[in-house]
Amino acid sequence: MTERKHGADILIASLTLEGVDVVFGVPGGAILKAYDSLVDSNIRHILARHEQGAGHMASGYAHATGRVGVAFATSGPGATNLITPLADAYMDSIPVVAITAQVGSTSIGLDAFQEAHTWGISMPVTKHNSIVTRTEEISSTIHEAFHIASTGRPGPVLVDITKDALAGEVDWNGPDEFSLPGYKPSVKGHARQVAAAIDMILDSERPVLYVGGGIIRSEASAELRQFAEQQNIPVVTTLMGRGAIPDSHPLTLGMPGMHGCYTAITSMQKSDLLVAVGVRFDDRVTGDPDTFAPLAKVIHVDVDPAEIGKVRNADVPIVGDAKAVLAQLVARGSRVLGERPAPSRDEWMDQIREWQENFPLAYDQDPDGPIQQQYVIDQLNRAAPEGSIVVAGVGQHQMWASQFWSFEEPKSWINSGGLGTMGYAVPAAVGAQVARPDATVIAIDGDGCFQMTFQELITAAVEQIPVKVAVMNNGNLGMVRQWQRLFYNERYSGSVLSFDVPNIPMLAEAMGCAAFRASTPDEVIPTIDKALAVTDRPVVMEFVCDPDAMVFPMVRAGGSNDVVYMGPEDL
Amino acid sequence: MQHVISVIVEDKPGVLARVSSMFARRDFNIHSLAVGPTEDAGRSRMTVVVDGIDTEQIIKQLYKLVHTIKVSEYAPGSAIEREVMLVRVNADAPRRAEILEAASAFGSTPVDVGASTITFEVTGEPGKLADFLELMKTYGIVNLVKSGRIAMGKDQKSAARKQKNGQGG
Repeated sequence: MTERKHGADILIASLTLEGVDVVFGVPGGAILKAYDSLVDSNIRHILARHEQGAGHMASGYAHATGRVGVAFATSGPGATNLITPLADAYMDSIPVVAITAQVGSTSIGLDAFQEAHTWGISMPVTKHNSIVTRTEEISSTIHEAFHIASTGRPGPVLVDITKDALAGEVDWNGPDEFSLPGYKPSVKGHARQVAAAIDMILDSERPVLYVGGGIIRSEASAELRQFAEQQNIPVVTTLMGRGAIPDSHPLTLGMPGMHGCYTAITSMQKSDLLVAVGVRFDDRVTGDPDTFAPLAKVIHVDVDPAEIGKVRNADVPIVGDAKAVLAQLVARGSRVLGERPAPSRDEWMDQIREWQENFPLAYDQDPDGPIQQQYVIDQLNRAAPEGSIVVAGVGQHQMWASQFWSFEEPKSWINSGGLGTMGYAVPAAVGAQVARPDATVIAIDGDGCFQMTFQELITAAVEQIPVKVAVMNNGNLGMVRQWQRLFYNERYSGSVLSFDVPNIPMLAEAMGCAAFRASTPDEVIPTIDKALAVTDRPVVMEFVCDPDAMVFPMVRAGGSNDVVYMGPEDL
Repeated sequence: MQHVISVIVEDKPGVLARVSSMFARRDFNIHSLAVGPTEDAGRSRMTVVVDGIDTEQIIKQLYKLVHTIKVSEYAPGSAIEREVMLVRVNADAPRRAEILEAASAFGSTPVDVGASTITFEVTGEPGKLADFLELMKTYGIVNLVKSGRIAMGKDQKSAARKQKNGQGG
């Protein structure tokens, strides 16, 4: 039925048609009309305390569910504050739709109040963006934005809508179609390439499955596991791919890269075949690309053709969705395995077991010494209920969380991998908790990260979003300090925070959270137990940690993965 | 080495900005860029000449832009390539005839004649324009305006048929 509607009503109706149940945002002048329409909808609005928080909340929501997260911001500073979360979501391929308002179409270009060239500013950090100046275009553009954000390689899409387009009235009778003649993401892989891949795998003596965020985004965990077991291939999971296959699975080797496990790194170096699925040969994984996995042929499966051959040439490129291609590989593999014997990989697996035994991830917690972050993470992992979601900021605590948490499920690990956005944890945890009210959501944060975005705990308290935040307070920007210690003659330029200011529990209580502090190792477990018992409001645990602890193993930036430093004595 | 890439895009506002922004972000070097309509309303063609060895990433990144419909790279010799330029040359009275004669060898006609200069319009494949400029340098070039290159793939089918007919008869 055709109805006379305002642009703002069409926007909100369009979001409802896309299945949006919550938006994260901050209102302002240009977007007021949309906020007014929100009142009459069933969409929940979470008022963030800063637009950056709103953007990361949308990303946390999308991470936790696979659905598109939505952020609202007004024109000018509202929109520019969304740029960091958009860049973050772009690097990690997270489906987010940002709706920003723009000044009236007749004011554009005149330096109007709160005018910024949002379309131009956001272009290089989004998968796609649009500016809508006519009410008639709102519906089709929103429909298109959700389609682009959620298909192919997911990513953020921004729609900038002028104030007059939101205020204008048109006759409208439902979603308008869009036309994208050039946008056709591949789903299934080419059958001939799939067959070639299986032949190459069956000829391989030392294969490694190198998998990442693509598995999580395409929900391909079951297919991955089936394929790894069928072909008997050990699996390394990148920072974005932690949880793609359970860490407890006997074929799982852990994380590769700069702070990865010795076995994950070394197995790739010695491998004769990398089966890369949903990964992009990131510099944090490869180190020096010329010496990375030098003996390995490469099968590269990715939904984005531009990732194939970008860093490393692929012997068998397969463009397609990870889930679909892995299912094809399983089907082809089972047919071929019926005709020829499976290769023995005993020698390879023995070698891997030997590395695992000799070079495990480990830490020491001196009962009388300062608290080690690894110990806190280990204890949190033991105490947290099954199915908990872990969210990290960026730095040492993030690396230790990725190393010492045992990830058993996809979407149980949320972090800022590609962009490395400090301050990500608190707002992303809020978004994840909104998306998954049933789950325990634990943010593992550093004191540096925490001080960038802690105000979103006010949002959490007011909106009754009971996230749990563990702040590893080492009084320093820990990862920066580590590099300064190792590579800059211990000159701690600009990296010293304070252990005492802010007083984190007092700050947390002032924001409406429960708060606990552990200063010694024996206080760690009781603090965790007390914090996990709080379910009616957000809770902050402060752990006063060793400022001199360093993350190992370590491969130097741009260095060869053949040289893995297991501790400071190796450097 | 220069490569000629032809990009068919949706004719939408901002599409040129999307392409040039992507080139800047990915550190691809544009030598020249020409944009114009095609036989198909709603579609534009961009002819991009790029410097570099490997165009695979450039082509893939162009395809990633949502408004890109088709990208093709022309192998050397497989396309008709044209540029146009306007060149103003010093031409005092004693040398005027000599200059006009030299230009006419390139099929170039004067489009503006001033008191001490002549302005030529030259159209052709890039090598011809380079040769013309080289020649005119001796007289002194006052001003040069040059377009981006446009290119159209040769009609391979008709060329092959012609060749076959030639051999047969």
